[in-house]
Amino acid sequence: MEILGQLGDGMMLSMQPLNLMLIMIGVTLGLFIGAMPGLGSVNGVAILLPITFLVPPNSAIIFLAAIYYGAMYGGAISSITLGIPGASTAVATTFDGRPLALKGRASLALVTAAIASFIGGTVANVLFTLFAPLLASVALSFGPPEIFALMLLAFATFVGLGGDDIPKTVFSICFGLVLAAVGFDQISGAPRLIFFDISGFLHGINFLVLAIGVYGIGEMIWTIESTRGEVTTSEAKMSVKGIASDAKEGMRRGWKGTAIGSFLGFFVGILPAAGATPGSLMSYGVAKMISKTPKEFGEGHPGGVAAPEAANNSASTGAMLPMLTLGIPGSPTTAILLGGMVIWGLTPGPRLFVDQSEFVWGLIGSFYISNVFALIVNLAFIPLFIWMLRMPFTILAPVIFILSIVGGYAATKDMHDVWLMLMFGGGAFFLRKFDYPLAPAVLAIVLGPIAEPTLRQSLLLSSGDPMIFINRPIAGPITIIALILILLPLFKFIRDRMRNKAAA
Amino acid sequence: MRLGEIITAAVLALLSIYLMFESTDLNVGYIQGEGPGGGAWPFWLSGMMLVCTGFIAYNWYKRTSPPSQSTEPVLDSYGRKTLIYIGIGLVGFVGLINVISMYGAMLVFLIYYLKFLGRHSWGLTLIMAISMPIGFFFFFEGLMRINMPKGLSFTDPIFNVLYDIIY
Repeated sequence: MEILGQLGDGMMLSMQPLNLMLIMIGVTLGLFIGAMPGLGSVNGVAILLPITFLVPPNSAIIFLAAIYYGAMYGGAISSITLGIPGASTAVATTFDGRPLALKGRASLALVTAAIASFIGGTVANVLFTLFAPLLASVALSFGPPEIFALMLLAFATFVGLGGDDIPKTVFSICFGLVLAAVGFDQISGAPRLIFFDISGFLHGINFLVLAIGVYGIGEMIWTIESTRGEVTTSEAKMSVKGIASDAKEGMRRGWKGTAIGSFLGFFVGILPAAGATPGSLMSYGVAKMISKTPKEFGEGHPGGVAAPEAANNSASTGAMLPMLTLGIPGSPTTAILLGGMVIWGLTPGPRLFVDQSEFVWGLIGSFYISNVFALIVNLAFIPLFIWMLRMPFTILAPVIFILSIVGGYAATKDMHDVWLMLMFGGGAFFLRKFDYPLAPAVLAIVLGPIAEPTLRQSLLLSSGDPMIFINRPIAGPITIIALILILLPLFKFIRDRMRNKAAA
Repeated sequence: MRLGEIITAAVLALLSIYLMFESTDLNVGYIQGEGPGGGAWPFWLSGMMLVCTGFIAYNWYKRTSPPSQSTEPVLDSYGRKTLIYIGIGLVGFVGLINVISMYGAMLVFLIYYLKFLGRHSWGLTLIMAISMPIGFFFFFEGLMRINMPKGLSFTDPIFNVLYDIIY
């Protein structure tokens, strides 16, 4: 009851006129920043941080949290309408969101994404409210072996994502992981894989360079070439009745994905260094695995939109938990929020809930309010995004190419990366022709910088004994599940061959 | 497609070998007291890539993958034209960025694509080609405080006017 009272006070605080106005501005700004390829919540929060010094700390964090929320909703928009994941958290949304848009069902994808995001955010808020201190201690028990086991589980779900051609999928994963290793060795600091001594490789390869190259350039050229330039998405129409019917269909076909994403996303989100990307990817993989129609995933299934969207919103709230309770940021955006809190004179950590309870509960209350506003603003703007899709493809295509190049530059501010992006785009076009799945490479480049150091730290801890991933109580079960998932296609292959032989 | 698939697999095998070779600049084994060397992760992953290309070649030989069964060409004349025209446009766009600025290159690319590839009217082409770079300028430079390349110094007078509006 005490918690409910504090939450009520927090909600009242966040509904004060100034705070309510900041929430509305924040979620709207966040929505558009998140929808722009190359920009994500981290840009929005970082750029607008100085503005928050004009208002009290309570209002400041509420404003930044609203931007964070809005951007999480917005990431799905470019994934669905343009096929370019604006941020790593929205990569998995592209898998089914874009095919739905190409079938003229962009409204279904957008409405499903908005509602799944809302549910994911709400579930995460409730879990946050009830179990914050307890979950923080669970998160702390995750060391390098546990995080690596989790990454292994994420890679195992990739194998399921890649379709039937396992060697091409594994190739794609390994290629993404090798690209993630370009730059400096994170442990020794020595330069590594600096191809032809080109200095541009010293800062590594940003995931967006590969993601935009693959989806914004390669996939776009492939679409134009394979459809003979007759790409039509003109059936996309929008009405209030249409939104209601899409919401119904989205939830009917995507409720499992939403439920999985909401809980799995939150749990992965609270782990320091993990964040929303592995959460959204794993939720997609699990939703596909338990679906009665897994073949429809990747072709335009609402569950494939609902799972990653519920997960990335849930994880974004989850990532706030270690920041507030332990002072450990779970994502780049929460790292900036942490910096802001220190500047405002607040000390994140276990004492924050006692010493600054009004601030903490005001923030938690604002999560609920921001979530509702983000849903309303998102649904209100869906007709605008749909209108964009009605443009002839000869207008939309150059706009997508420009967004890709501008977004690629904005991410790293290096022309070397823009050229690299073009090269990836060309390569992706040909690999797509020969049925190489490229999504696993994009996701591997995101997770590589987490997987490699945790593997090396774990092996250092165990003096090179890989059993550390099996013997530890949390890492063990995760590793075993991951290994089963990795070996599953092999078992299926052997079973099919034996059946074929028996039939012959 | 069949020939294309095996050529692609061969190119990727060579790429894997090259990546393995590059990785050996750092230690690829286990160093007592330090853990796996800095080159171990990319080296063994590249090795796995090489093994995968072997399996891909095996599947090609057995004709189990769809491209290995296909008799269609990788690119027909429409595909070649599409790739060349869009490729030239994109390379030209990126090549012009350091000369006439990101926004100038955007303008040229839009005229090229909308007028010459899309065959839209001059009216629509010019409205899009002028309004879009200006809109992007105010979004990135004004709102997001992200500076895009401004090209050579002859573009300065235009940007000075635009910056006067922002500041």
